[in-house]
Amino acid sequence: MNVAAQLGRRRVLRGMLGGAAVTVGLPFLDCFLDGSGTARADGAPLPTIFATWFFGCGLNPGRWEPKTAGKLVDLGPELEPIRPYMSKVNVFSGFKVPLDGKPAQPHITGRIAVQTGIVAAAGQKTALPSVDTIIADSIGTKTRFRSLEVSCIGSRLSESVRVGNIMNPSEISPAALYTRIFGADFRDPNAAEFTPDPRVMARQSVLSGVKDQLADLQGMIGAADKVRLDEYLTSLRQLEQQLDLELQKPEPLKACSVPQKPAGELPPNAEVTTMQTNHKLFVQLIASALACGQTRVANIALTEGLSTLRRSGNAVIHHTHTHEEPVDPKLGYQPNVTWFIGTIMGAMADMIATFDGFREGDRTLLDRMLVWVTSETGYAKVHSTDNIPTLTIGGANGRVKTGHHIQTAGDPITRVGLTVQQAMGVPVNSWGSDNLATSRTVTEILA
Amino acid sequence: MAKKFGIVLAFALTAAGVAGSALASTDVPSVPGARLVGMRRITQDQYRQIIADVFGKTIKLGGRFEPDQRDAGLLAVGASQVSVTASGFEQYDDMARAIAAQVVDEQHRSVTVPCIPRSVQATDDACAGKFLGSVGRMLYRRPLSQRELAAEVKIASDVADRLHDFYAGLSMALTGMLESAQFLFRQEVATADAGDPSHLALDSYSKATRLSFLLWNSGPDPLLLDAAEHGELDTTAGLSKQVDRMLASPRLVSGVRAFFADMLGFTAFEGLAKDPVLYPKFSARVAADAQEQTLRTIVDLLLRQNGDYRDLFTTQTTFLTPLLGAIYKIPLTTPDDLPDGWVRYEFPQAAGQAGIITQASFVALHSQPGRSSPTVRGKALREVLLCQKVPDPPGNVNFALVQDTSNPAFKTARQRLTAHRSEATCAGCHKIMDPIGLALENFDTTGAFRSLENGMPIDVSGEIDGLKFANAQELGKAIRDNPAATACIVNRMYSYGIGRSATKEESSWIHTNLSKDFASGGYGIKVLLRAMATSDQFYRVTKPEIRAEIPTSLRVAFEGEHK
Repeated sequence: MNVAAQLGRRRVLRGMLGGAAVTVGLPFLDCFLDGSGTARADGAPLPTIFATWFFGCGLNPGRWEPKTAGKLVDLGPELEPIRPYMSKVNVFSGFKVPLDGKPAQPHITGRIAVQTGIVAAAGQKTALPSVDTIIADSIGTKTRFRSLEVSCIGSRLSESVRVGNIMNPSEISPAALYTRIFGADFRDPNAAEFTPDPRVMARQSVLSGVKDQLADLQGMIGAADKVRLDEYLTSLRQLEQQLDLELQKPEPLKACSVPQKPAGELPPNAEVTTMQTNHKLFVQLIASALACGQTRVANIALTEGLSTLRRSGNAVIHHTHTHEEPVDPKLGYQPNVTWFIGTIMGAMADMIATFDGFREGDRTLLDRMLVWVTSETGYAKVHSTDNIPTLTIGGANGRVKTGHHIQTAGDPITRVGLTVQQAMGVPVNSWGSDNLATSRTVTEILA
Repeated sequence: MAKKFGIVLAFALTAAGVAGSALASTDVPSVPGARLVGMRRITQDQYRQIIADVFGKTIKLGGRFEPDQRDAGLLAVGASQVSVTASGFEQYDDMARAIAAQVVDEQHRSVTVPCIPRSVQATDDACAGKFLGSVGRMLYRRPLSQRELAAEVKIASDVADRLHDFYAGLSMALTGMLESAQFLFRQEVATADAGDPSHLALDSYSKATRLSFLLWNSGPDPLLLDAAEHGELDTTAGLSKQVDRMLASPRLVSGVRAFFADMLGFTAFEGLAKDPVLYPKFSARVAADAQEQTLRTIVDLLLRQNGDYRDLFTTQTTFLTPLLGAIYKIPLTTPDDLPDGWVRYEFPQAAGQAGIITQASFVALHSQPGRSSPTVRGKALREVLLCQKVPDPPGNVNFALVQDTSNPAFKTARQRLTAHRSEATCAGCHKIMDPIGLALENFDTTGAFRSLENGMPIDVSGEIDGLKFANAQELGKAIRDNPAATACIVNRMYSYGIGRSATKEESSWIHTNLSKDFASGGYGIKVLLRAMATSDQFYRVTKPEIRAEIPTSLRVAFEGEHK
């Protein structure tokens, strides 16, 4: 549907809403999709989607990297769970965060550097926008949600930073996420009938009034508060966008199937079984939200940087094990830490399987996604920021070539962040500060 | 129920009673030279408290908040750096609509709306103006300007027209107020100080707001707004009169509880869990009771007894529920009519308790899910109660000497940490954390007393800043007598009140004035609050601070944007 047609429809609906509620019977407009459901009728592919998937405390050096550089033909034992999806994955090894002589804040410095391209000053927790919010501002402004954030261990904080200390909070309950996406304000794109609510227009006028009040603050506000007020205004506009969409008959999406309210959710905490259960529910919901066109950006935090994952009945958490557990001389690694890594990589395989299981014609949802997997640490035992594991998954509608192992000997990890931004269409040629500054994309994977 | 509404009605009508002057007010935000010198997002607790104060406790919120963020040890400081995200705005919108619908519904409108419209199906600008003017004054913490009020009345009128429902119009206009930056952020406005060109002066309403959130953790009540409106807060006598009135109010309890809950980091309880296999007695209810125990201990000692702040580290008097009794291994006798209620309890000396530092709210909060952590506890003692920043650990540390608990050579935490401290790069920081954290090892990760760990007797002796102690009680006494403890609370309280860390000039004033007043007043919390709230310094804004208030994080973004 072109813009002119959308505006025309919206105007008609608004005209009809002048008085009482009306029901607009609209036929199921199958003509908006091509026969296979993989593209719109005008030939444009369904939109490209971006997601992040974060886990803390890294992986064991030497146990996850493929041995061979170039085409991805082998995997380290810790990446074995994703073997069925090797053709849809890129693995990046040897990328690091050079500290520029600054003190490392364990589990924080690496996260900030990977996500925002700077080595933070001592005590600084956040600073610049994270990659996902840069991408969301580029591709997510026309959807109901600019982005969705979830945490699988119960922390409402997230890695998704807009600027400064302004971070998108995570949903911690799958049921709450379901209500937010598929609750009363959801408009099923495939519904035969569409009933606009006249109260929505009243709500629009309220928001317009709230926005007008901000003008009173012009000229009397300092620079820092202006940044914060701008964010407030951006958020207000996002709600206006939601209301706008509620007054339009959405474009049909064949792969969109409204899910049932998730069952079996566990009270959120960092116990492994709980994490696994809620992670699966979250990923299912996010896949449905993406297939139903509700957002184009999602951020999934499996753990925090300092992973508090724990086994039921065991006194020691994952993070503590990384520091306290001796390396088993026979095995050559820390057995308990490696057990946690196994659960994390298993969850990653669950995530890939879910996105790849959503059929959209002869392709899958994953094929139009770019999922950026990162951690914040290389070898957690010593808080190393060298060789931080990172992967991309999915072909981003053909923008990203997959099945590669990109191996470097200490290139700044910002190369991957820059490449991800370019793949998602952000007009950026260089990214990062100081020793993290780079203009070198990973050209091997850009189509 | 009717009586409760009567109380709300009195409050609302008091507000309405001044609506005449509110409606006739000038355009406050457009005072020449006015500058916004502070913008703090109201916290979750403040939002709840304001809604209860203005509309009554029967109004349900129906939504969830963005997480508050901590900076410089306080959510109150973090509030000066956050904004509202898209997800947060959705939630504020849900809550605003739910609240507004209840406020004007048939059950509440006779109490909350101070007039009856000519018709419930049509507009009535006079009645809408009366309601929105009085409510707006409470929510914006200042009178609405004529232009603001006219805009609100127009929204109410337009919606009432469109939906043929007067109360729907009121509800929508109120929704907008609850979503506005004027409500969600405490906006502090300052104008030029005619007598001192190096400073700006907070306007009267900003003074009232700063004062009210400090003492009551909520917006100003109608009397305080009246005092602001009449310029009384700009005189020593007028300010003192209001401060004394507020200190004598039962609402002071809310303010003091809010400060200590912030300082002690109780929001971390939201994500706190203990392994249910290892510690089956610990539950979410126990976690809630643990916080309440400490807050009741504080309120009793500092407000009811008017006691010495330092005694919080030695007091044996507390309040317990049967659930907490199970954690502390104390069989509690509760009144028959209050089987789950709170009882005052005096710990015997043998229980090893040392005031709030051995209560579950401290030792359980600063532990891991499956075991205690002397390092985490020691760090919290330093940073939370003594305001001493412990440096971050260095990168690339070799932790090989720290063995797991199954290693027969290192059965106790002390043995494991001693091994770790033999690493030179770790020793510097661990020696300021571990010895005091180890003093609390008689309390496991839930707060339960123990004398053995893995079959070995626990040694809880140590030293703090050169002073030796034999156990937690002697540590509590050492903290009580440590000047850093009293300096810490004075600094924290000041930062809490102004929403940022103190400047050098302010720190000097705090040291030479506030701390002395606190000491000479027997370290009473009311003395401290009064000294702060009646001082000129508390409301002073020096010009350079306007720039300095930009936090480092935002400054990076801002300067990057403007290079």
